[in-house]
Amino acid sequence: MISLLASIPWEMLIWSLAKAVFVIFLVVLPLVSYTVYAERRVSAAIQDRVGPNRTGFPTSLLGFKKDLQLFLGGLGQPVADALKFILKEDFTPGGVKQFYFWLAPCLAMLPLVSLAFIPFGSSFLGEKMVIADVNVSVLGVFAVTGCGVYAIVLAGWASNSKYPFLGGIRSSSQMIAYELSMGLSIIPVLMLFGGMKLSDLVQYQADNGWLLLPLWGGGLSAERWLMLLPLAISFIVFTISVFAETNRLPFDMPESETELVAGYHTEYSSMKFALFFLGEYAAMIVGSSLIVVFFFGGWSLPFIPDGQGHAAAFFQNIFGDFYALLPDWLWGIANITVFFGKVALVLVFFIWVRWTLPRFRFDQLMKIGWLYLFEIALVNIFLTAAILAFTK
Amino acid sequence: MAYVVQRPELTLKEKAYLPSIVSGLKITFGHFKKMLKGETKVTMQYPEEKWDAELPEYYRGAPTLVKDEHDRERCVACQLCEFICPPRAITITPEEIPADSRFAKVEKRPAEFKIDMIRCIYCGMCEEVCPEQAIYLRKDYAINGVTREEMVHDKKKLYELGGVFKGLVHKWNPEK
Repeated sequence: MISLLASIPWEMLIWSLAKAVFVIFLVVLPLVSYTVYAERRVSAAIQDRVGPNRTGFPTSLLGFKKDLQLFLGGLGQPVADALKFILKEDFTPGGVKQFYFWLAPCLAMLPLVSLAFIPFGSSFLGEKMVIADVNVSVLGVFAVTGCGVYAIVLAGWASNSKYPFLGGIRSSSQMIAYELSMGLSIIPVLMLFGGMKLSDLVQYQADNGWLLLPLWGGGLSAERWLMLLPLAISFIVFTISVFAETNRLPFDMPESETELVAGYHTEYSSMKFALFFLGEYAAMIVGSSLIVVFFFGGWSLPFIPDGQGHAAAFFQNIFGDFYALLPDWLWGIANITVFFGKVALVLVFFIWVRWTLPRFRFDQLMKIGWLYLFEIALVNIFLTAAILAFTK
Repeated sequence: MAYVVQRPELTLKEKAYLPSIVSGLKITFGHFKKMLKGETKVTMQYPEEKWDAELPEYYRGAPTLVKDEHDRERCVACQLCEFICPPRAITITPEEIPADSRFAKVEKRPAEFKIDMIRCIYCGMCEEVCPEQAIYLRKDYAINGVTREEMVHDKKKLYELGGVFKGLVHKWNPEK
């Protein structure tokens, strides 16, 4: 019995749990709710409106003269939204397939699982800041995000109603179309790096320059500068596919309010609807973290050292003494902040695009997916291979 | 007859689509930047900012009753406003002025004068029809209450809002 207890890797378990709790509950869920808020404020600004700017605590409901303005501007809005969703009636329409109707919103939160594979920081107190540091984390991420379609398809089918059904069908065909170009577009990155471990990929970028910004370390070689062309193509294809995978506008066919009422979640109310909503934004966060990890160096900023106090060689030579002045764990925290800062910037880009572009027609969407992105991604692989064969 | 829509010839730049996306993003970013700089004209933030100072002279707010300079109720309870009121918001209970009163010569005054502000449509017909220039639409617009009873303005409330109008008020003066 004692030997069994001793054989359990307690330290690893506790670290993993701590990291999971930190990422999911302290960072990503607040980030999700504030992305919703940012969406509303940014869209308002783009459309010359004000947006939600006055959410306080309604003390006047309790008989006080004035509402208490607890939060700066509308920063309390996510709390108010959550309260609203929890307090609303949870209505299950007649004729739905109960089990799957309940299962679908649970599956909608599945994209959060793929966060386990994403390195969100270098190291902190000697512990690598990634929940599951497996060797094939790229595959893991794609496997889990690929499951995201089940939530939508199940919701569409279980609702037993035509609009959700159409939304579900559209979603499944769209996901399949863009999953392919998404997977293929990332292959040049893996060919250049020669591995599938995301934490090593980020470390490589920290030492040798980001894939799209090879300005230090090994990034100054002719090979890396030649590779910028295929990498830029794969970046564009990957970004477009992420938009399609997360059902963001120009590609939000499954929802498309103007045609399908609200698409796959037409029949859902209260917290079940909120789960779809949150799942969509969680998928956005996963997609943006993938973009950041693959192309923009993950947690690395060239002049900020990693959790062991080592920066890229060029900066180490200049600022080395200064780095040693501050404790290493502080740099670890700085790296985590840098990562989520980059993710937030990509999220703002997502929002910005949403309020700029109109929705594609469904045939256009399929044409872009199958006829352009898929082919471009394929050709890009051969281009990469040629460049690599030529330079090595 | 069939009508053939001529599709415009697209240039390569337009066909590539991405440049147009970039120019679209530029436009939306321009709006975003203008908003952040505070150059965009936006909705008035109502409870904090108010338009009261810019209300025009002819603004038709809540109807009120006024007294003259001798502190006499101008209203003589003729009930013309009650009859003309399109939504029938006004209810007047007339009474005779007692003989010992200073204004006994006026004969009548309203014992109770009620305007249901839920019904009132702020048309100003009561003001137009009043032969004694006793009822006026003032600039109060934020009329609120928690119950229906609170929304009915009685005589006391109406005089409170109206106050005193001295001398002959030139109600037909187009400048007013």
